[in-house]
Amino acid sequence: MQKKEIIALLLAGGQGSRLGILTKNIAKPAVSYGGKYRIIDFSLSNCINSDIDTVGVLTQYQPLELNAHIGIGKPWDMDRIDGGVTILSPYLKSEMGEWYKGTANAVFQNIHYVDKHSPKYVVILSGDHIYKMDYSKMLDFHKANNADATISVINVPIEDASRYGIMNTYENGRIYEFEEKPAHPKSTLASMGVYIFTWEVLKDYLIRDDQNPQSDHDFGKNIIPMMLNEGRSMWAYRFNGYWRDVGTIQAYWESNMDLIARVPELNLFDPAWKIFTPNPVKPAHYIGPEGSIKRAIVSEGCMIYGKVKNSVIFPGVYISEGAVIEDSIIMSDSYVGRDTYISHSILGENVKVGNRVKMGLGENIPNELKPSIYCSGITVVGDKACIPDDCVIGKNVVIDVGITEDEFYSLNIESGKSVLKGGEGE
Amino acid sequence: MKSTMGIILTGGKNNRLKELAETRSSTAVPVAGKYRMIDFALSNMVNSGITNVGVLTQYSFRSLMDHLGSGKEWDLDRRNDGLFIFPPSLTGENSGWYQGSADAMFHNITFLKRSFEEYVVIAMGNCVYNMRFDGMLDYHLQKNADITIAYRDMSDFPPEELVYMGSLNVDEDGRIIDFQEKHNDPKYVTCSMGIYLLRRELLIELLDECASHGKYDFVKDILIKKLETLKIYGYKFNGYWRNISTINAYYRLNMEMLKPEVRKELFEGEGKIYTKVKDEAPAKYNEEAEVTNSIVGDGCIIEGKVENSVLFRGVTIKKGVHVKNCIIMQGTVLNEDVKIEHTILDKGVVLSRGIHLKGTEKFPIIVAKNVTV
Repeated sequence: MQKKEIIALLLAGGQGSRLGILTKNIAKPAVSYGGKYRIIDFSLSNCINSDIDTVGVLTQYQPLELNAHIGIGKPWDMDRIDGGVTILSPYLKSEMGEWYKGTANAVFQNIHYVDKHSPKYVVILSGDHIYKMDYSKMLDFHKANNADATISVINVPIEDASRYGIMNTYENGRIYEFEEKPAHPKSTLASMGVYIFTWEVLKDYLIRDDQNPQSDHDFGKNIIPMMLNEGRSMWAYRFNGYWRDVGTIQAYWESNMDLIARVPELNLFDPAWKIFTPNPVKPAHYIGPEGSIKRAIVSEGCMIYGKVKNSVIFPGVYISEGAVIEDSIIMSDSYVGRDTYISHSILGENVKVGNRVKMGLGENIPNELKPSIYCSGITVVGDKACIPDDCVIGKNVVIDVGITEDEFYSLNIESGKSVLKGGEGE
Repeated sequence: MKSTMGIILTGGKNNRLKELAETRSSTAVPVAGKYRMIDFALSNMVNSGITNVGVLTQYSFRSLMDHLGSGKEWDLDRRNDGLFIFPPSLTGENSGWYQGSADAMFHNITFLKRSFEEYVVIAMGNCVYNMRFDGMLDYHLQKNADITIAYRDMSDFPPEELVYMGSLNVDEDGRIIDFQEKHNDPKYVTCSMGIYLLRRELLIELLDECASHGKYDFVKDILIKKLETLKIYGYKFNGYWRNISTINAYYRLNMEMLKPEVRKELFEGEGKIYTKVKDEAPAKYNEEAEVTNSIVGDGCIIEGKVENSVLFRGVTIKKGVHVKNCIIMQGTVLNEDVKIEHTILDKGVVLSRGIHLKGTEKFPIIVAKNVTV
């Protein structure tokens, strides 16, 4: 096996429970984003664009969709003879099998994968974030500082700082303290969940952490503080640019909408830093004689006979005559019937919306069952749901994955209500 | 159809396509917003289960080679079989340039000889259609034919374009009894689609014989000469099929893509049509965009007005632009206040601010590749 200078480990096991039914059957990194991508495409494309061709993807929660999406890594040019992409799922060992207990434990359980490539450095990524970043520059920074660990940070507004892991650094960038979600933040440098470690050092800490029964086996909570306490050389690498944790419905919706600005902060059109994803085998999209599209992004295979405004439309979507779509996200292969009006909604894949439906109207009442998840006025429809003709649906409504027309308890679903499998919504 | 291999012919030089085929083979001409002509024949073969395909190429094949690559997009990057591209080559026996379709195949007869499949489908690479060849093989076997030729009623073509096709007539059983290749005054509106199916061994025999008589053309020197001695059957295809024998045919074909029923048959029909992917971002429409009855590829940025047009990938339409009845290929930029009608813009064209171009349906204006106006 050829020795690699650096390999990447991509933590893609998170459920992303604050994304509600968008992650009911898939892991957060597999959630569709930006008109044709999935969230993990950004980290994977960053790797290949940074010349990192060996990536281990650590999966745990609902990995089927993710495995199918990544395949042998062809779209990212990672179908390599040496290296490439490897899916690392939890497995049974001779004594006992176990799930990944935390981010650090997930890496600990795959020490043999890293050792096989005997890299000098590893970059640990999470598959949850939307950003374009050159890890090779961060590696240069890591080497220049002769660091044991380098943590990528971004400046956040001081009022938001208590939601993040905050790095307190000396002027030269060396970290002296790490605070997870501090009530009174001392700095505005938030960790982006991108770490470069010198592998020999990290390996030692992973092994020691594993022997500590009190540990949560988490990079942020355990490994980083332990290394700081022992005076390791740890540095903050400042990133300037677009970076979003699309962990909530609101953040997810906003980040998608960022792409329809005249000059989006995140440029998907840069030929030198493409974001790769499996391309759908579909023809170019078509707009009908009465169709209209303004301030929107539309993907291949769509047929737009109605009007689309301020929206993100994924491949293969059909919008019928007279339909109006505003401020919404519609995922692959969904169908919208005639004279239907959809506003401030997120539709999953293969959703079928009937004729004359009105969705996303009314008062902004948080969802009754899960007020912390669905509270920003956005109605969310799960994959493969069917919405009957003439249905009126309010704000913050949840329509479960795979709901059939018969499962609607009423044609009037008021704001804050849910239509769930098994009729829990009534 | 594991028992069948495929050969795609890319044809001679087509001067009637003017600037569009000046730097590329007619099989590499872009069509329908994201495809090249050859994608259709190649995808049809793959969809029919053919995994051993040879492409015989001659004129301006660089752009075709670039498009086909290793055959990855068609799943033809195989350890066994896969995609083989045969440009002309100079050897002790070969004079280099292919002198006709039979000559092209004869030059590459080793490809035929070392293949194992029992049957060969030969298809032209410059036609647009979605068809499975399995049905044709079933028909071939059922008729116990020596050669089967796919044909079609071409009455939906302008009569003046039939002179570029092979017109043929079949008897009640389906056997071809008359065949005229590119005749000035064709007798029949039923024409060959340039798709032939026969046993591989028979093809090798016929090519050997043809070459030994110093002849070169598969249709004139083999098919037409053997009408009586071999059982040559016609397999009727009733679906959508177009070629690009002239600029008008090319223009019309692209405009027909705006019809839902045509798109449905071509792209949601028997099998998918594959092409080289470009990893472009989805198309982006800004506030001022007004697009109706048009096809728009990925990677376009639109801020102007577009009607009844086909926009390929990565086209930029700036503010104040008005595009009507046009075909605009990949990476072309239309700056502010450009107005164009009935115009074909090849790849990488740049139209400066305020340019006006107006052709007609019969005589569309063509702007050649990478020209800045």
